[in-house]
Amino acid sequence: MSSVEQKQPLSDGPDWSFELLGQYQAEIERVAKLYKLDTYPNQIEVITAEQMMDAYSSVGMPIGYNHWSYGKKFIQTEQNYKRGFMGLAYEIVINSNPCIAYLMEENTMTMQALVMAHACYGHNSFFKNNYLFRTWTDASSIIDYLVFAKQYLSHCEEKYGISEVEDMLDSCHALMNYGVDRYKRPQKISMDEEQKRQKDREAYLQSQVNQLWKTIPNKGDLSAEHEYRFPSEPQENILYFIEKNAPLLKPWQREVVRIVRKISQYFYPQKQTQVMNEGWATFWHYTILQHMYQENLVTDKFILEVLHNHTNVVFQPEYHSKYYSGINPYALGYAMFTDLRRICEHPTEEDKEWFPDIAGSDWLETLHFAMQNFKDESFISQYLSPKIIRDFHLFAITDDDKESTLEVAAIHNAEGYQQIRQTLSAQYNLSNIEPNIQVYSADITGDRSLTLRFIPNKRIPLSDNFQQVLKHVHRLWGFNVQLEQLNEDGSVKLLGSCPL
Amino acid sequence: MAHFIDRRLNGKNKSAVNRQRFIRRYKQQIKQAVSDAISKRSVTDINNGEKVSIPGKDITEPFFHQGQGGHRERVHPGNDQFSPGDKIKRPQGGQGGGSGQGDASADGEGEDEFVFSISKDEYLDLLFEDLELPNLKKNQLDKLVQYKNVRAGFRSEGVPTNIDIVRSLQGSLARRVAMTAGKKRELHELEAKLALVEAEPVPDQHQLMALREQIELLEKRIGAVPFIDSFDLRFRNFQKRPEPTSKAVMFCLMDVSGSMDQATKDMAKRFYILLYMFLSRSYKNVEVVYIRHHTQAKEVDEQEFFYSQETGGTIVSSALKMMADIVKDRYNPAEWNIYAAQASDGDNWADDSPQCADLLAQQILPFVRYYAYIEITPRPHQSLWLEYEKLQQSFDNFAIQPIRQVADIYPVFRELFKKQAA
Repeated sequence: MSSVEQKQPLSDGPDWSFELLGQYQAEIERVAKLYKLDTYPNQIEVITAEQMMDAYSSVGMPIGYNHWSYGKKFIQTEQNYKRGFMGLAYEIVINSNPCIAYLMEENTMTMQALVMAHACYGHNSFFKNNYLFRTWTDASSIIDYLVFAKQYLSHCEEKYGISEVEDMLDSCHALMNYGVDRYKRPQKISMDEEQKRQKDREAYLQSQVNQLWKTIPNKGDLSAEHEYRFPSEPQENILYFIEKNAPLLKPWQREVVRIVRKISQYFYPQKQTQVMNEGWATFWHYTILQHMYQENLVTDKFILEVLHNHTNVVFQPEYHSKYYSGINPYALGYAMFTDLRRICEHPTEEDKEWFPDIAGSDWLETLHFAMQNFKDESFISQYLSPKIIRDFHLFAITDDDKESTLEVAAIHNAEGYQQIRQTLSAQYNLSNIEPNIQVYSADITGDRSLTLRFIPNKRIPLSDNFQQVLKHVHRLWGFNVQLEQLNEDGSVKLLGSCPL
Repeated sequence: MAHFIDRRLNGKNKSAVNRQRFIRRYKQQIKQAVSDAISKRSVTDINNGEKVSIPGKDITEPFFHQGQGGHRERVHPGNDQFSPGDKIKRPQGGQGGGSGQGDASADGEGEDEFVFSISKDEYLDLLFEDLELPNLKKNQLDKLVQYKNVRAGFRSEGVPTNIDIVRSLQGSLARRVAMTAGKKRELHELEAKLALVEAEPVPDQHQLMALREQIELLEKRIGAVPFIDSFDLRFRNFQKRPEPTSKAVMFCLMDVSGSMDQATKDMAKRFYILLYMFLSRSYKNVEVVYIRHHTQAKEVDEQEFFYSQETGGTIVSSALKMMADIVKDRYNPAEWNIYAAQASDGDNWADDSPQCADLLAQQILPFVRYYAYIEITPRPHQSLWLEYEKLQQSFDNFAIQPIRQVADIYPVFRELFKKQAA
């Protein structure tokens, strides 16, 4: 790639045309191929700002079922946009095959090129190759599945009324984060199968449920009965448990639970790869466009506009800035991938000590390996280098409610690197962020009550709105629902129940 | 490996259904906000939507998340002063300044109001929803006719002030060309002949004489064609065209004595809004005059009309007198369509009521297009109603209706105007 041939620069706009988009896309694709970016085919859609707001409010699903909460999001987006509180994103990209990317009409030619490099080659290759996406999502069938979900739900609305369906969706949305199997590899979802199987499933599921609840208490062996707990092990996938076991749900309601569960699962990898995904895409839009600049394919004016936007994207405000709202995933991700390349190409003594296996290796291979096999948590704990910690001036704060003050646990010095790396990595661990709540038992022989158990992580309590969520669980379960807390000392405290 | 799709022409209202769902779900709150808003709104302001705000806590979507407290560790960027082991005072207000990734208010739960705008149609739908407002039909109102002079082409007779010079001269030119063209051609031929004869070495004098004589004669005849003739004159033509006047004035009369409470006034206000909407569909300009009265009448602005407190007795005739005066002063019945709506709770000094009936019959009803009286009261009718009832039989532009609750307003309104349409 060092042999740089001189070419005629492409027009730098500012207005774009479809012809020009095509030329840029072809060049970007050629450069992406040089860097071995493996992508789904691209479907690039040009849309207006209003359509971008529509896309926003359906949380990035190109086809969403109807629900009031999306209307709320739309109204909020519209309000903010109209008042000028926020700009719209330049692009939205969807993990599907072909990979759908939206370009906004208002962008300049330069921005369109930046967005194409970022979304259509950066994000796209990430979606196709990262292990989480490969495991959890099936890009070729998601559009079909969303079509199925939308049709099914509107069919239900016709049959059972909008309010009934809305109630179900409300309750399922409240438990959306608890609709994922973290450790079991999920099945792929596609519309054909889905429709074929859906009818059979209704009947089958109901028969299973009936079987479970038909159990008339067996008067014979009372002592054995007390030993028996259902489920035999706690279940982390609450929605799945409800779908399979809730006594009173009708078959269509079980299907609604399933739809929400599947969509939650589709978004599960995105929650865990924010830093990596954005970092990867940002790294590639920068690298690809710089490559084109060196080939003289783009003008000075073009690259200056790119750099201007790029620096805005990777800006990291400091902790005391009024713009500070946590670590910017674009900034951290981009810095880490850039640093990885540096470690491979120009390792220092420190790098050789910290990263003996990659210092001096082929950078492209190392980057691809890192992109394919990690999520944010493991990526940081594997690759966060002392240089990045120094560059960002990272420091760790311990906030213990038993102490009257906060304490600085570690800073960017030799003693602190390891701890900062661990703390930052833990910060991206979903199980540290989302409360650990599992189905503990369902009293199938007695009053049919459901017991959920909350296990606090480092004594962090549950937010006090849990009572409202319990109402939703109760609606789905149909009988009493209790929420317990398992304390560190092994004691169990009843947090709440519904009905009260 | 890529293809482009231009989606810009696709509809942009993909979220419209979801927006409707949202409004449907929060109808109660939004309706409350709309009825609150009506008190802040002007009677004549019907062309705008409304900004609606509903409490933020009503629309949150709950989910399990972490509360405050416990043991946390967080990494922040930009260390400029800390060393390991430093103790820092806990920032006030929970975790402000300190904690990064959204555990402070991840659920968006706050007491903030959720504010958004609804369109004019949504506003009117919600406002009159419990009135079951159908689409208002444009009733054929009995409109006042005015005449206006309009240009209507040209004519050949008229007064000198209306002469159209351009048209007249065009006619003159055409006539002159028509009358002289043949003669001029003949003249040219004779002149050519004369030139030939003159060019001969020995001109035939006799012939010359004859030619010159003919030429002279022709020139005389051409000169005799007049430059302008009365036949050429064209006059601008005007016609009188009947034109319905687009001016209307709406009188709002209301009793503001102590017995009228704010709820009653709000009911009256809705009635006035309906009337205004109705009139503004038929007329370009609708002016509104507010007259309030207790024992004395006063012309006021809208704000004072609806929201100032008064006490005291009630003499309705004072307002009627004032209306008659205002009509005389400012709204010539020959130019204005006059409408009036009177709202009251029915109280009046007993011996004033016959006087009211007289005033209406003699000074007001002959001039107004329509006069509606609504009595907002759950109680039995009193003297004013009884007097008005008698009046109703002799005037078909006079209508009275009782209103007991908000839900009555629209049916009453329709009742009042149905009669007029028939």
